Amino acid sequence: MSTLKTLNGNQTIAEAVRQIDPDVLAAYPITPSTAIVETIAKFKADGLITGEFVCPESEHSAMSVCIGASSAGGRVMTATASQGLALMWEMLYIAAGLRLPIVAAIVNRSLSAPINIHGDHSDTMGARDSGWIQIYSENCQEAYDNFIQAFRIGEDLKVRTPVFVGLDGFIISHSLEVIQVEDDDKIKKFVGEYKPVYPLLDISRKMTVGPIDFTDYYFEHKRNQMEGIENAPSVIEAVGKEFGQKFGREYGFFEEYRMDDAELCIVVMSSAAGTCKDAVDELRSDGKRIGLLKPRIFRPFPYEKIAETLKKMKAVAVLDRSSSPGAFGAPLFTEVRSALYDYAERPYIVNYVYGLGGRDIKVEHFKEVALKLEKIAETGKVEETYGYINLRE
Amino acid sequence: MKKETWKELTIGTINLDAGNSVKNLTGTWRSGKKPQFIEEKCIQCFFCWLYCPHSAILVEGGEVKGINYDYCTGCGMCSVECPPKEKAIIMVKEEAKLAEGGAE
Repeated sequence: MSTLKTLNGNQTIAEAVRQIDPDVLAAYPITPSTAIVETIAKFKADGLITGEFVCPESEHSAMSVCIGASSAGGRVMTATASQGLALMWEMLYIAAGLRLPIVAAIVNRSLSAPINIHGDHSDTMGARDSGWIQIYSENCQEAYDNFIQAFRIGEDLKVRTPVFVGLDGFIISHSLEVIQVEDDDKIKKFVGEYKPVYPLLDISRKMTVGPIDFTDYYFEHKRNQMEGIENAPSVIEAVGKEFGQKFGREYGFFEEYRMDDAELCIVVMSSAAGTCKDAVDELRSDGKRIGLLKPRIFRPFPYEKIAETLKKMKAVAVLDRSSSPGAFGAPLFTEVRSALYDYAERPYIVNYVYGLGGRDIKVEHFKEVALKLEKIAETGKVEETYGYINLRE
Repeated sequence: MKKETWKELTIGTINLDAGNSVKNLTGTWRSGKKPQFIEEKCIQCFFCWLYCPHSAILVEGGEVKGINYDYCTGCGMCSVECPPKEKAIIMVKEEAKLAEGGAE
């Protein structure tokens, strides 16, 4: 029987790690993900996990250990945030290129400079082309559920791709929440036994991992790599459904909140979506036909499904918790807008950057966005395609 | 050598045909000079075999017998390392030849 436990985001990830008990856990502590690593170290010291716990001298080395251990044939995980993920950068591409299904909990935090320890999505968005699957969580429960599903998704033989599970720094990582923790044996059974593909420890087979490719093979190998993440949607869907059948919480590519007869829509990921739901409820009670679309999977980006949902809207605001200096809008916006391009009928669509460095976003801010969307829908005029929320102008 | 399409490749850049660099004829890069082996001067010290970066020294029956020009890039290391006063390997001029086979 599942139990209710009061845990913060970091503890929920550690709890899932204890239940899954991967073969190798390699991580270097960094705020706000430190408690994940500390708790795992404690589990190891207390004999609650059997996997090897490695604490190397940096995140670059932590990811290198993960790559080595995964190539050897183990189930492997890590956790990091911000500068730590940035330091892993070159190794991230190698993990993806070698098709190693490493799972990494990323406690989303801003990048320096200026130095800041609070939550935004600059870290994982900076790694969005590294080839990793990206799943974002609204709250502790979702972080727990997503982290468990990540192993099934990444390890699927059609996919074999590493996975990030994002949870917002401090807002989720350090906030206590009552969550449903499933039974150890049920989680172990759901995740299943790990089956390595071409493990290096299989010495009966001669092989080379990661040899050099020049102009003659690099392109084919990169295309071969892309197939893994492109195969992921059907697996993500099946795993999300099975999770729902087993544990009562079903997951898809995104969540639609009060979208049934909506004309206006706010697209926002992670913890801010929770605040947005309150704003939508208040706006709905004022008679506004507004809804929320909360992407859960950012890579592979579910462009067809999102476009099908949004094409009938009058106006859409995409809210990004990261910026892409010099680009035509922030990362989530450019994806959503591009997904809608092929449709003859499509909504007006605008982008607001919010919450950099952990700046608060409140119900009133979402209401301001709703007012702007209403005006755009009424007048058919977009005064600013790209703006900021809760920024001193 | 037929090259696989992206669909035919093993995932994760894994190469199950270990040791296949033997198919890569590095000798096609050679230009200008090539080593010439003079068997009667050779003291069988194996320095050339030890130093050759492309494993291009021919060994038969436990003795150095010459150079495998399919893999020799003409770097001259064997000739430099060859210890006799009258060297058993000397570099000689080679007519320019068009590269053929091997990797692109």
